[in-house]
Amino acid sequence: MSSDTHDDHLLNRREAIRRVSFMLGGVAFVGGTNLITACEQAPPPAQRAASPGQFSAEDIAYLDEIAETILPETKTPGAKAAKTGAFMALMVTDSYHPDEQRIFRDGMKQLDDASRKANNASFMASTPQQRLALLTQLDKEQKTLMDAREAAARRRQGLPPVAAAVDSEARKPAEPEKYLPDQRQEKAPGNQAGSGAAAVTADSTITPSEHPHYFRMMKELALLGYFTSEIGYTKAMRYIETPGRFDPCTPYTPGETAWAPHA
Amino acid sequence: MQSSDYDAIVVGSGISGGWAAKELTEKGLRVLLLERGRNVEHVKDYVNATKAPWQYAHRGGRTVAMEELYPVLKRDYPLNEKNLAFWVNDKESPYTEVKRFDWYRGYQVGGRSLMWGRQSYRLSDYDFTANAKEGVAIDWPIRYAELAPWYDHVERHAGIAGSRDGLPQLPDGQYQPAMPLNCAEEMVAGKIAKAFGGKRHLIPGRTANATKQLEGRNACQYRNACWLGCPFGAYFSTQSSTLPAAAKTGKLTLKPWSIVSEVLYDKDRKRATGVRVLDAVTEKSTDYTAKVVFLCASTLNTAWLLMRSATDVWPGGLGSSSGELGHNLMDHHFRCGAEGSIEGMDDKYYYGRRPTGFYIPRYRNLFGDKRDYLRGFGYQGSADRDGWSRAVNELGVGGDFKDAMALPGQWSVGATAFGEMLPNHANQISLDETKKDKWGLPVLKIDCATGENERLMRNDMIADMAEMLEQAGVKNVKTYDNQYFPGMGIHEMGTARMGRDPKTSVVNAHNQVWDAPNVFVTDGSCMTSTACQNPSLTYMALTARAADFAVNELNRRTL
Repeated sequence: MSSDTHDDHLLNRREAIRRVSFMLGGVAFVGGTNLITACEQAPPPAQRAASPGQFSAEDIAYLDEIAETILPETKTPGAKAAKTGAFMALMVTDSYHPDEQRIFRDGMKQLDDASRKANNASFMASTPQQRLALLTQLDKEQKTLMDAREAAARRRQGLPPVAAAVDSEARKPAEPEKYLPDQRQEKAPGNQAGSGAAAVTADSTITPSEHPHYFRMMKELALLGYFTSEIGYTKAMRYIETPGRFDPCTPYTPGETAWAPHA
Repeated sequence: MQSSDYDAIVVGSGISGGWAAKELTEKGLRVLLLERGRNVEHVKDYVNATKAPWQYAHRGGRTVAMEELYPVLKRDYPLNEKNLAFWVNDKESPYTEVKRFDWYRGYQVGGRSLMWGRQSYRLSDYDFTANAKEGVAIDWPIRYAELAPWYDHVERHAGIAGSRDGLPQLPDGQYQPAMPLNCAEEMVAGKIAKAFGGKRHLIPGRTANATKQLEGRNACQYRNACWLGCPFGAYFSTQSSTLPAAAKTGKLTLKPWSIVSEVLYDKDRKRATGVRVLDAVTEKSTDYTAKVVFLCASTLNTAWLLMRSATDVWPGGLGSSSGELGHNLMDHHFRCGAEGSIEGMDDKYYYGRRPTGFYIPRYRNLFGDKRDYLRGFGYQGSADRDGWSRAVNELGVGGDFKDAMALPGQWSVGATAFGEMLPNHANQISLDETKKDKWGLPVLKIDCATGENERLMRNDMIADMAEMLEQAGVKNVKTYDNQYFPGMGIHEMGTARMGRDPKTSVVNAHNQVWDAPNVFVTDGSCMTSTACQNPSLTYMALTARAADFAVNELNRRTL
């Protein structure tokens, strides 16, 4: 198949959105296919921008603080201890396409601008309370945006709103592979560790307007970086490299942390 | 008869080739096992098998650079950081797609037996007789009774964990103890059995993971990291199972980096004399002779090799006299089903990472059921408690959010249907003389699509799962169809089908190429139909049966 056929073009865009959906983790459950259709109607892709994907030590310290605000030290170590900032930077450098790198990079500036506006201080100079208040606000903003985009896509397709979409007419996309017994489950967005990483790329053939909100990107990378770190596996969750047996039904006492997934 | 370099040559070292090498050497033949890729030594070369998840730079994910290097693998889950070395280098081995066909290959000793999904199910006479009863394509030349003892034979050695369920459409085998259903799956199984009057069954997945020790192999330790290569040898692979058995005979010669460019054919004797091997590293050719040749290179590669062989006699290659070589390419269509959440079981959990799930055997178009399409489908699925990644789509930041996301989430259950794909002469592969691979061989051109029967079947594949989950009291049931393209099932079959008539089939009931009875084709290419069960166990049984036949014929000097 040559790369410039109509079919292939559509395919790449489908693939691209699918992988953005991966990047959004569970949002694929409510967004994927609808966004795909929306995007097929979008104009042709713009040229790929030059890559802004290099990060300084200062950038990484800043990302560490963003991640630490999302996932702070509690009774278990926080994102900074798990070197989450460096992981986020690495993923943006290696796994994001240039237009996504641009959104992420611009987002770093937008987040800092929002901090200055709200608190008269840069994010780095803000107190933990100020940081938490700001990111709580940004989290609502990204969730509202992503949910609205999903609703709009559903309307364009004549589908009922998500809340009412329980019949088979309103097929909400999900990831079948999540439930497969073999390693196909690796790539499923709703699945546990590793799946996010498998997904954190996207093709540049989608229009920027369909990319996720920058804070969605940051939140996902922070979650991925933290929960798949050694600290995430062994301190936040429980990890046993070689379980040695399978107990199909054990009692669960509230407060017990999750078993971390496979290696 | 002139002396040969070997008694038998086996082309390909994956599931089928490994079995051919084991059976033939154990019956006393001197065997040359040829593999086009590198060697992978058991345990020693499983370089990531004991790596911690956090030791991968991208935590197992993919990078832009990887996507550029692997234009086919990137289309689905195989492109990943953890076992990338087991997947083919797409750039060295391109192919031409008339229509999209995803071809996921493993070119190394062990082939895809290293990364396979391990689900192991028998076919039944509902499958072997379907073509004849419905007038589709051609009849299988064998019936279940002929293959049953060979299923027994391969299951005992491979180590299949499974339950005996007494279902005629999914015959029971020689199983080790099953890997049990977890409590949520048990609940769903019970409700489905009740709601559908015992006509639909949710059973533990039958999987080629040993639950008891076998010779040289430990039982499964429940890491669920099989596809990295198992340091315990607990899942069936060439390396863990058939290769050591063959090596133990002292009659095996294994040659990696050996691309078989053609089967050598003596048109006067109407027999193959051996094979020509192109050294993948030095690119030098060497001929090896043998009394019999087993082609186990995988469905597309075996047909591709036949197309390059004996072209002075048949321009379309060895086995093309039927007009069917390269035709009837099939796969299993899937990537659709349903899922939902289970309430009221939050006080239940599990321990250990089970490398299988549940299976719902086919029930459509059986026992009086009649649909607007032919054949049917089975489901593979599982129930488990959600992990941290649910956090991405939940509102929240901060300490309470973090601690909550470190707890197990709600129970989810879901299943994906695997549907039978009908044979169709129009689904075919051929040589693309305009494009060459790294070694100068004309590449394959693949022209394959699903048809109306598969389209109609998908409606049920999606709706039935939703119905079963709803009947089981599962909440928030959602259906999905994530689009399927041929090849994605990684269950390629057909292209050199078995049959009763040399005019309509490439190989006979004993897997002998009609035009060269000392050439046996026993991998997925010989399949006359796909059934809906995962096919590898059937390749094992067919291979062992054909090897037995070949040795008997050699002893009778009829080959």
